[in-house]
Amino acid sequence: MVDTLVIPLLKIVIVLNATLVAVTYMVLLERKVIAWAQSRLGPMRVGPYGILQPVADAVKLMIKEDITPVRADKWVFTAAPIISMVPALIVYAVIPFGPKITLFGRQVSLYITDINVGLLYIVSVASVGVYGIILAGYASNSKFPLLASLRASAQLISYEVAVTLTLVSVILMAGTLSMVGIVDAQYNQHVWYVIAQPVAFVLVLIGGLAETNRAPFDLPEAEQELTGGFHTEYSGMRFALFFLAEYANMIVVSSVVTTLFLGGWLPPFPNTPALHFLYAIPSWIWFFLKSFFFLYVFIWVRATLPRYRYDQLMRLGWKVLIPLAILNLVVTGIVKVMLM
Amino acid sequence: MATPTVHHGAMFDTNELVINMGPQHPSTHGVLRVVLRLDGEKVVDADVVIGYLHRGIEKLSENRNWTQIVLLTDRMDYVAAATNNVGYCETVEKLMQVEVPRRARYVRTILCELQRIASHCLWVGTHAMDIGAMTVFLYAFRERELILDLFEEFCGARLTYNSMRIGGLPQDLPPGWDKKVLQFCDIMDSKVAEYEELLTHNRIWLERTKGVGVILGEEAVALGLSGPPLRGSGVPRDVRKDEPYAAYGEVQFDVPIGTSGDTYDRYLVRLEEFRQSLRIIRQATEGIPEGPIVGKVPRLIKPAAGETYHAIESPKGELGYFIVSDGKSTNPYRFRVRPPSFCNLQALRRLVKGHLIADVVALIGSLDVVLGEVDR
Repeated sequence: MVDTLVIPLLKIVIVLNATLVAVTYMVLLERKVIAWAQSRLGPMRVGPYGILQPVADAVKLMIKEDITPVRADKWVFTAAPIISMVPALIVYAVIPFGPKITLFGRQVSLYITDINVGLLYIVSVASVGVYGIILAGYASNSKFPLLASLRASAQLISYEVAVTLTLVSVILMAGTLSMVGIVDAQYNQHVWYVIAQPVAFVLVLIGGLAETNRAPFDLPEAEQELTGGFHTEYSGMRFALFFLAEYANMIVVSSVVTTLFLGGWLPPFPNTPALHFLYAIPSWIWFFLKSFFFLYVFIWVRATLPRYRYDQLMRLGWKVLIPLAILNLVVTGIVKVMLM
Repeated sequence: MATPTVHHGAMFDTNELVINMGPQHPSTHGVLRVVLRLDGEKVVDADVVIGYLHRGIEKLSENRNWTQIVLLTDRMDYVAAATNNVGYCETVEKLMQVEVPRRARYVRTILCELQRIASHCLWVGTHAMDIGAMTVFLYAFRERELILDLFEEFCGARLTYNSMRIGGLPQDLPPGWDKKVLQFCDIMDSKVAEYEELLTHNRIWLERTKGVGVILGEEAVALGLSGPPLRGSGVPRDVRKDEPYAAYGEVQFDVPIGTSGDTYDRYLVRLEEFRQSLRIIRQATEGIPEGPIVGKVPRLIKPAAGETYHAIESPKGELGYFIVSDGKSTNPYRFRVRPPSFCNLQALRRLVKGHLIADVVALIGSLDVVLGEVDR
């Protein structure tokens, strides 16, 4: 009873709440980091150094008027932000924050579940989120959002092909689709996949930026061109859902990259006996540190780079990333067969 | 352009999408409205609609006396008010054949060039922002602030300076001001390098600007372009060099020109102008002569009947004033401005055709128009 119901439920509640808090604080982190990059201070008014800013943001967004444009498709318009947000949250079900540990004399795993098709689950659930954006642009019945959602669908679909193809080479390496299994494989093979699969690492990182609509691939919401893109007509909490979904997706991408390429919860060089003192730091802290690094990179990139143009983005996707992904897959396969 | 086919019975023409960019759009730099006809994301045609900021400055000027007009000129190109002031005062001085003391001419040169840097700071920031690089914007504004501080110290205002008088300057330089200007020049040198580091060799920046909105030599002249957009097209025309005014005849500087006439070349030209402006400021500040700051101007300004046209190189291009005096009244009979932004904006329609929406904002940015000057 306790093992089958109470603990999983408890874990779900913890992960869900932690995610939502993390997401709101991601917004603050982004504002702060970008501000520092731009020689500003960022939010400073709400709480010391602005640390309560997310609370103020949340309250503001909740009490704002929630407008549905008269000519919008009401049901789809309401459903779109939910379709965006929900997949971004349920992906966390298979992300392993740590291995099995003993807590109060009971074996507890630091992940909600470990299914044997974990990676496939992430890829497929994450792609449902795209519908949110497409439907939002379509339902708004407005020209700028429509253009943005066309961009979004083209972009997300083409980058998903590249990312998924790249993930296959990781799966080949690990011989499993389970997220926990992939981390174990990196332990058993004595190598983080960022070293074994550097091309795949870069491809997934770029593809991840594109799939989360982050700069320099933030075309669907390019403020300077499309005045906010697909969420132009949204306000209040519905807008907030899109906003949170974007940040939740960012965390998902960094977690997935961490798990696949940086050994998830493992400390650096896990098999070197001389560095075994690193195990003193709890596994989940390693996981968060690594994920945090990628989140920081995402923000850093946004502060630095200009935005790609639509056609250049598609060219990069289809002519560079996808061929590279296929090549990487083929080479991985050949090497693997030869080593056997 | 293929003629759109008409579907009988269909409610809408499905070939083209007409969208309104502006007058309230984040990247139209004010109240510019561009009506775009799109084929997918491709711009088939564009209508540039202006006039949202028309305040009738030219007509107003005909009902103000000659000294009052100086502050109206502030409101045209409001990000480069000092050059507007200088242009107007020099035109009236030309009409009245007033000799301006050398010191005043040097100070005008310094102010004009500081203003050029301030205006280009605003340009590089907003242009980069339009293309998605938002950090440059804040960096550029940080430096612009230093210039505004210098202006504030000189004349008390930070945006609309009213910083010139017919015949010279309203007041002498505050003590130590020239030292601060030189200090600023040293700071600015490294900051321009910083902008370059973020943009010039950035792969995405190159892809976004190279080959976008190409316009070359003859066509650029025919469209009436002036200033950096013209020089980016490879035409070495600069009023400061060709018809020197203020103290430009006495300082050394180069006129940068582009070769390919695209957005990237216009960008490079303006960046080089930062450096040339700093060069001019250094020379002028170090060589600033002592002496009076106002020439012999009658207390009541009432030029003899006649007309004159005088142009200066504002940060945006050739800023010309055409003024007619009837010799009887204390206000101009006719007051007409040749605003560089207005003339440069003409090229927008020609430039955006065949490009994508994202390029439209890049092109508006690269022409560097100020709507206050377009509409007047």
